[in-house]
Amino acid sequence: MIAHAENIPRGRHPLVQFIARWVLTTNHKEIGTLYLCLSFTLFMIAGAMAMLFRLELAQPGLQFVTANFYNQTVTLHGLIMVFGAVMPAFVGLANWMIPMMIGAPDMALPRLNNFSFWILPFAFFMLLSTLFMEGGAPNFGWTLYAPLSTTYGPPSTDFLIFGIHLMGISSVLGAINIIVTIFNLRAPGMTLMKMPLFVWTWLITAFLLIMVMPVLAGAVTMMLTDRHFGTSFFSAAGGGDPLLFQHVFWFFGHPEVYILILPGFGIASQIIPTFSRKKLFGYRSMVYATISIAVLSFIVWGHHMFATGMPLVTELFFMYATMLIAIPTGVKVFNWVATMWRGSLTFETPMLFALGFVVMFTIGGLSGLMLAIVPADFQYHDTFFVVAHLHYVLYPGAIFATMGAVYYWLPKWTGNMYNERLGKIHFWIAVVGLNVTFFPMHFVGLAGMPRRIVDYSLPFSDLNLVSSIGAGFLGLSQLLFLYIVVQTIRGGEKATDQVWEGAEGLEWTIPSPAPHHTFETPPHVE
Amino acid sequence: MTDSRDRQRRHTALLLLVAVGMFGFAFALVPLYNVFCELTGINGKTSGQAAVSVQTSPIMEREVTIQFLAHVGRGMPWEFRPMESRLRVRLGEVNETRFYVRNHANQAVTGQAVPSVAPGLAARYLHKIECFCFTQQTLEAGEEMEMLVKFYMGVDLPADINTLSLSYALFPVTVAQTTGLEIDRDSSDVTSAAHEEHSGS
Repeated sequence: MIAHAENIPRGRHPLVQFIARWVLTTNHKEIGTLYLCLSFTLFMIAGAMAMLFRLELAQPGLQFVTANFYNQTVTLHGLIMVFGAVMPAFVGLANWMIPMMIGAPDMALPRLNNFSFWILPFAFFMLLSTLFMEGGAPNFGWTLYAPLSTTYGPPSTDFLIFGIHLMGISSVLGAINIIVTIFNLRAPGMTLMKMPLFVWTWLITAFLLIMVMPVLAGAVTMMLTDRHFGTSFFSAAGGGDPLLFQHVFWFFGHPEVYILILPGFGIASQIIPTFSRKKLFGYRSMVYATISIAVLSFIVWGHHMFATGMPLVTELFFMYATMLIAIPTGVKVFNWVATMWRGSLTFETPMLFALGFVVMFTIGGLSGLMLAIVPADFQYHDTFFVVAHLHYVLYPGAIFATMGAVYYWLPKWTGNMYNERLGKIHFWIAVVGLNVTFFPMHFVGLAGMPRRIVDYSLPFSDLNLVSSIGAGFLGLSQLLFLYIVVQTIRGGEKATDQVWEGAEGLEWTIPSPAPHHTFETPPHVE
Repeated sequence: MTDSRDRQRRHTALLLLVAVGMFGFAFALVPLYNVFCELTGINGKTSGQAAVSVQTSPIMEREVTIQFLAHVGRGMPWEFRPMESRLRVRLGEVNETRFYVRNHANQAVTGQAVPSVAPGLAARYLHKIECFCFTQQTLEAGEEMEMLVKFYMGVDLPADINTLSLSYALFPVTVAQTTGLEIDRDSSDVTSAAHEEHSGS
């Protein structure tokens, strides 16, 4: 956050200097900041879309938007939250923290780092521009199922395809950078099994990214050639199979949901020991559990397709494989609880978010197990129950973890303590808003309310109104978050180097705020 | 220092290679998927070749119901429907049924029917001796035709299958040249979407 302008042209207009500094920067901390700012901007945009369709869903019937526009906002909400809010936020945290946690001076490939960030604004500019195009934005859901996205997709679908290509390139390059950094730039003595868990989970996430983002790129490329170049990958008319799209997409899609959660696991594993004033319980089992979750994620994609008419034997395979994932995940939850057991706990804002993460992620995990049961899934499939499930794993999982991480490390980044009182208020509004929004969705889903449809039948009205009110609070709480962060950047009580009493790790040995360059001579880890 | 530089370069190149390889793997999934489905017969695609009529195979007492469905693909100006909606057949017995087609366009159009069986696992037990789907069909403007399917059900059909459906989607081979050719385009969109949903494994 501190301006150290060595490599930027001097003697120009201050605005030019300012832009040049941020566009040309190769510093991991500045790039991390850029990622986090972009992520928050997109989070607010996709959140605004959610506000819009929650407003529409507050009552049955059509009030504010057309059915087509509703579908467009639902599609973009999903795509932007996944690729624009959560993933860049984690990459931003990785950029800031990984070099500081392993005692590296910077990322291994700083110019590549700059490149992979600056692709993203263009990708999302392209994606968002579809809203203003003739025929409207893509309206077939974030899963892009063929033939909705091929034969029936609006012309703007091509912009979405290229947007996804760009995001994919950015994520893959970012992931390569992270792996190369972790493998080559660790301080002497920092063995793999001494690395903080955030670094470990990111290492595994980076491998997942490299393995599956290219598969998504392949799937959307097939979409593109089906649309324009006469191929029939997904068209039965030409000998293809629309179901193939789902297989390819979910081969990417299931590892992708772990990409969205593993760094969150890492964050919780940093925060909980700090505020329990104990070492993390079962470090090794945490590492192995993360690896097994990542491996298992490649053989469970079929559970998204139970209702497509798969043969029983395939359904059984995917059901059991999916349930298997509950074991390493259970190990993790157990370890977090065991870390807190007999610790001297305090409940600062980061800890609150980490605890919210553990509790509500577990609720989402349990509804995931329900969805994994084949016969039950036939009832839940494509209802709001799925919406409730995925928001319980992603909101407290990815978003709460990210916000906890921001509160946790913000004093290190800015040198100032945030306003603890406001932080706690933010947490409590968010946690109440979240549950009021998403918990009723379980009930309307079980009662049969289908997802992705603008209207619903009268009996679902009351619970939908409750959801919409909760969503309003949830949305407003993010403005408070913005206010708290800006306030902290501008000033506040000075933070110590260690910041938190129980904090351990290399990042807490350097001054607060973290100087522009850290660990130019590597520290020695015993 | 140069050593570590080399190592970094090697790692970067290796990881890039993995990414490119996985992009290729996405395309390799297409033939893999087809081969896997063909071997296991789980996606309801029937064999494209005519089965020989097996006189030696006994005709069993067991009966199953077979339903016939017809859909018209996008841009196909034909009327297309089964002449019987269902048949009760005995395993091993050779049966036949007919599908009615009529070309509503004012020019000759060639079409190809693509079959699909549900449940998918039943596909390998449905043996077609003769089927209009083996070849392309050409109809002159306004021409109508009854198309024949001759088939028998394998005697080893799994016991848990009592009803199966054989559906055909008819797609244009020659692209209709003039505008206004497509009849009732909206409803044909719907039927072809419905088919594509249905045709999966």
